[in-house]
Formats: sequence, C-alpha cells, structure tokens
Amino acid sequence: MFIIKNKKIFLSISAVLVLCSVALLFIFPLKIGIDFKGGALTEVVYTSSRPAQADLDNVFKTLDLGSVLIQPTGELGYIVKSLDLNEAQHSLLLKTLSENGKSPLEEKDFNSIGPSVGRELTRKAIIAIILVSLAIILFIAFAFRKISRPVSSWKYGLMAVVSLLHDVIIPIGLFTLLSHFYGAEVDTLFVVAALTILGLSVSDTIVIFDRIRENLRNANKEIFSETVGKSLNQSYMRSVFTSLTVIIVLLSLFFFGPESTKYFALMLTAGMFFGTYSSIFLASPLLVLIEELQNKSK
Amino acid sequence: MLKKIIYILIILILGSAVAFFVFKSEPKLNPNFEAENSFFKNSQFRLGLDLSGGSHLIYKADVSGVPGGEVSASMDALRDVIERRVNLFGVSEPIVQVQNSGFVSGEDEKLIVDLPGVRDVEKATAMIGQTPLLEFKIEAPEGTPQEVTIDKDGKVVLDVESQFVSTELTGRYLKKAILEFDQTTREPKVSLQFDDTGTKLFAQITKDNIGKMVAIYLDGAPISTPVVREEIPNGQAVISGSFTPSEGKLLVGRLNSGALPVPITLLSRQTIGATLGSNAVTAGVKAAIIGFLIIALFLILWYRLPGLIAVIALCIYIAIILALFKLLPVTLTAAGIAGFIISIGIAVDANILIFERLKEELHSGHTISDAVSAGFHRAWSSIRDSNISTIISAVILFWFGTSLIKGFALTLGMGVLVSMFSAIVISKVFLLGATFIGENKVARFLFSSGLSK
Repeated sequence: MFIIKNKKIFLSISAVLVLCSVALLFIFPLKIGIDFKGGALTEVVYTSSRPAQADLDNVFKTLDLGSVLIQPTGELGYIVKSLDLNEAQHSLLLKTLSENGKSPLEEKDFNSIGPSVGRELTRKAIIAIILVSLAIILFIAFAFRKISRPVSSWKYGLMAVVSLLHDVIIPIGLFTLLSHFYGAEVDTLFVVAALTILGLSVSDTIVIFDRIRENLRNANKEIFSETVGKSLNQSYMRSVFTSLTVIIVLLSLFFFGPESTKYFALMLTAGMFFGTYSSIFLASPLLVLIEELQNKSK
Repeated sequence: MLKKIIYILIILILGSAVAFFVFKSEPKLNPNFEAENSFFKNSQFRLGLDLSGGSHLIYKADVSGVPGGEVSASMDALRDVIERRVNLFGVSEPIVQVQNSGFVSGEDEKLIVDLPGVRDVEKATAMIGQTPLLEFKIEAPEGTPQEVTIDKDGKVVLDVESQFVSTELTGRYLKKAILEFDQTTREPKVSLQFDDTGTKLFAQITKDNIGKMVAIYLDGAPISTPVVREEIPNGQAVISGSFTPSEGKLLVGRLNSGALPVPITLLSRQTIGATLGSNAVTAGVKAAIIGFLIIALFLILWYRLPGLIAVIALCIYIAIILALFKLLPVTLTAAGIAGFIISIGIAVDANILIFERLKEELHSGHTISDAVSAGFHRAWSSIRDSNISTIISAVILFWFGTSLIKGFALTLGMGVLVSMFSAIVISKVFLLGATFIGENKVARFLFSSGLSK
C-alpha cells in the first residue's frame, strides 16, 4: 500500500506542519480576547437620535481599541463591549460614540470586567483538554482491548492522541495567522473549537482503526503492515466522506452563518481537514512504525 | 413484506407529526400562530442573550464583614448561590460573573447576572431578591458605643444592630435546613446543619461565647438570639422564632436553595436589544439550510436510492432535534446553533459508513437484501465507537464549560445521540423496505454508489 510504503514521507510532512504551527505561535503570539483577560462594558443613551450601528462599527474598526461589540439597548442606547479601557481610551470610545459631539449622549453605565473570570476559564480549558485526551486514550484502549497483538491496544489510543494533537496544533497555528492579519481573538469559542476538534478528529481515526481491528481478527498470519495497508485501502474513502459532510456544513456556517461564529467555523474546518489527513496519513502509518520498532528491539 | 411497509408508514407518520409540531409552534412559519392553543404557543425556540436580548443585572456585594483574604472565595460562593437560584427558576443559560474591585472597575465587588430572554426585569430581580441572607453575629465587646433612638411615641429604642458584630459564619457554610416541631411546645423550628468548615466555625463561636447571645440574622434582621450554654461541636443550630408552620416551610425552602454569604444590592439593570441577535439567527438558519441542501444533493447523486433514504432520515432527524430544542427546552445561542449545524454534518456520517459497507457487500456478490443487513451489522461497531468519542468530548465540554460552551456541547451531544438513532432505526427500516424492488439490474444500479454503473 502506497501510504504505508511511503510512511516516512507522510510522517515528515505532518511533523513539519506541526513544527511550523508551533513556530508561528512564537512568531505571532495569539491575541487574547475579552473572555480571557476581562473587558469593559459601556452603556450610552442618545438624547435625540441614535447613529446607525454600521457607521459606528466602521469607525471603531479604524481605531486601536481591539474588538468593539455594539449592541442596541432600548430606544436610543447602545451597549458597547470592549477591551479593558484606560481613561484615555474610555474618552476616545465616548467621543466616537457621540460622533465627535454631533450626537449628544449620556453615559449610563460603565463597567470593566475583571480578569478573574478569564483565569477560571483558562484553568477549566486546560483541565478539559487533559480530561478529553485521557478519556479518549482510555476509551480506545478499551474499545480495542481484544487486539493486543502485535501492537497493544493502549498504543492505538496513544496514536489516536498523537494524531489528535496534530489536528489541534495545526489549526491553532493557522489561527495565529488569522489573529495576526485579521485580528481574530482567542475567545471562549476558540477553546470550544479546539475541544471539538479533539472529539471529531478522533472519530475519524476510529473508523480506520475499526477496520484494522476487524481485519486483524480475520487474518492472523498476515504481516501487520499489510493488514493496516489493506484496512486503509478499504476504509479511507468513507473516512474522507464522513469528514466531507462535516466540512460542507462548516463551510456553509463560515460563508453564510452568524458573524460571531465565523472564525470558529474556519478553525473547525481546518481541524476536520487535518483530522482526516492524520487519520489516513499519520495514525495508521505510526502504528506500523511502532510495530517495526518493536520487532527491531526484540 | 407487509410488516416492513407498516414500519415505514409508522416512521413516516411519527416523523411528520414531529415536523408538524415544529411548524405549528413557530410563529415565523405558521401564519395562524396567534390562534393556536397554548401548547404550541409555549413551545417556541428559546434564544440566548446574544440572540434574543435579555436582562443584564449588576449587583454590588457588601464584603465589609469579610476578612481581606477571603473576599474572592466569598464572591465565588455568592456566584454559585445566585447561579443555582436562577437555574431553579427555570432561566436557562444564565451567566453569573464576579467582577472584582479594581482601579478601573471601582471599589465595589460586583456580581453580573445575564438572564437570556428575560425581558421582565422586575420579575428577574424579584426572583434573585428572594435568596435569603443568613448571618451569625456575636455580641459586641463591652464598651462599644450603643446607638439609641427615640421613636415617635417617646420610647427609647436600643438599636439592635450596634449590639452585634459579624462573624465569618454565614449561609455560605449551610449544608441543609430542616423544618421540625418542638416536642413539648409543638412550635415549629428550623434546624440548620453546617458543612465541615461551618461546623468548625460554629464550634469556635459557641466556645468563645458561652453565656452570651449569638444572633441569627435573616435578611439583615435578627430572627433568633439564643444564649449559648455550651460549645456546640456537631454543627447544628436551631432557629426557633415566632413563625407559623407555613412560614417555617417557606424559610426552609429558601435556605435549602442557597443562602447568601454576603448581602447584595442591585446597582444597575439593563435589557439588551435584539437586532444583532436576529441577524445572527437569520444567518444561522441560512447556513443550516444551505449546508443541508448541499449534503442532500451529494447524498442523492453519490449514493442514489440509499442516499435519498438518508436524506429522508436526515429530515426526520432535523425535525426530532428541533422538537427537542423546543420541548426540553434548550436555550439556543450562536454557538448552540453552530453545534446543531455541525450535527447535521455528523448525522449523515453513520449513513455513509453503512452505505460504503453496503457497497462492499454488494461487490463481494451478496444479494441486495443480504448486503443491506450485513452493511448495518458490520458498520455498527465503527458507528458506535466513532460517535462515542464525540460524545465524550461533548460531555466533558458540558461538565466544565461556561454557559456559552454548555450550549454548544448540549446541541452537539444531543445531535450525535439522536443521529445514531436516526441512522440505526430510521434508515434501516426504510432501506430494508426498499429491497422489495428486487434483484434486477435497475435495483443494483440504484443500490450502487459513486461513479459505478
């Protein structure tokens, strides 16, 4: 089988992609959003008429205030969610909202959200990532418990997690580019995307592992690499198609869906794409590599 | 054969009924919505604060009685109590955040409460206002100035407030409250059981104040001021006061649903408009429809007859999920809608696994009906195992998440569960029923897939 024969090439491609993503993380540090580092909330009410939301949005895009989210409230007011504002930025915000004094307004409420919520979220995100990874290793080790030869079942779990990390790290690397060039910020949805990739990408890997499991049961005397190759041949199309349907809806979500979930959809699309790639070109070849290393050490 | 057709009819009828319910209960789809009965009217989608607007409340917490190092722990406890409180009142996806004091945010410790869809601010503040504040105070040291006021009748009134000072023991350390009746007087009394920390604090307080009064304050007023006779190490206190059994029952209910560790006052209340949200809803619906159409087209072109069946199963799946969103109900946020849209993509995964297997069985020379049975049987393990991993992620996300994450995890997790059902039950019944077209060339063409003839 082509992929198994050339496994070193494909494994190297994955390694290079992962290294590039990690490098990108250092070159362009991620912009952290309101959810994690706190932020400000301002409520204003205009005395006579309220300027159009789109106009204000456009002006705010030109200012250096980070992401500013404007939501209408009541008849004449706006709630403005923004980053933590110092006094100068705060007055700039008010000046902009009043269109340099053209639309007189009254500030009804100004609050700044402390970073403690963000710290808690960070802690929770880290715990969740660790728990998901552990749960998946354990689950795969359990699901594949009946095959322990030639490669023990917990190694299937480990390989699934290696490819899972691969699937999460590469989209994060791509996200640093979005963050750098388009100002995308790390928010709660970013964490959700990362954690969802963990779940979705491994389900793809399992489709192929399941076939290996079935073929191993039937063909005891075949060489392991041949069994894996045969299983890949039999199941890579369905692995591609199951991801394809998810990618279709994700792209639909990206192009037509709400503004607030655009980057989320894009990151998940990348996750699904590399998830499929890793299921075919990384996880199974790694299994064969492990088996070969085991044989050598004997 | 008759049996198969009956199964198909049953599923079609049930599916249509579910779809009919979704249609009837949706004001945008049903022109006669106003005339429908209350069951349909009460089953609209529940939208989150980011989509529908809602109430945004800011409370100031009075932490003057809390030692400096424990302020943040008290605020966390306060947040938990309020969160439980609003959950109890059926507000889903409330967001309760602590806003610590600081240079920019001001000197106050605040609590921010987002109540999606709650436009009646009065009702919202009332339900939070019912949360009891339970405090234990001890006698002020001798020599503390006593405040005395003279009321309008000319009587001298000693201000009780200045007689007592706060302790660390508050409703935060309350484990549970029970209504009991005094064995001799038959008077109702409320007995309190503290948690471990509360038990230690209470033991210390009673030990230090033997012979003195310990005042139990409810909502800022002393409700019971017993004299301590001996140290109480088991963490049990009794409030016996002048209340009726029904008042006592009410109090127990309030205390058990969470007592406040610190007093709070409402600073600001807002309702959030929904234009941005309605745009997001429109975009979400559009994305879902377009995604669905492309997938339907792909399934029919690639998998032919089974593909068509998968599309019908997918329609029923969508109807079931939307009905569940309405009935449970699930509060939909932008992230929740995204989770639902993704679940449409995942829902057909099981079908694809089955159809690919079916194709394989056909190639190896099985008859169509054998191939269908074998396809389902042999694809099952991969469907089960691959979906379980997604469910694991969804469950952990739900467990650990903030309200935004919970909305997504819930819609995704529900989607995966229901889609397994739709693939295994609905697709299977249809596909087995479709085998009646026989074993000729046309049938084999219809059951093949991809580019093959």
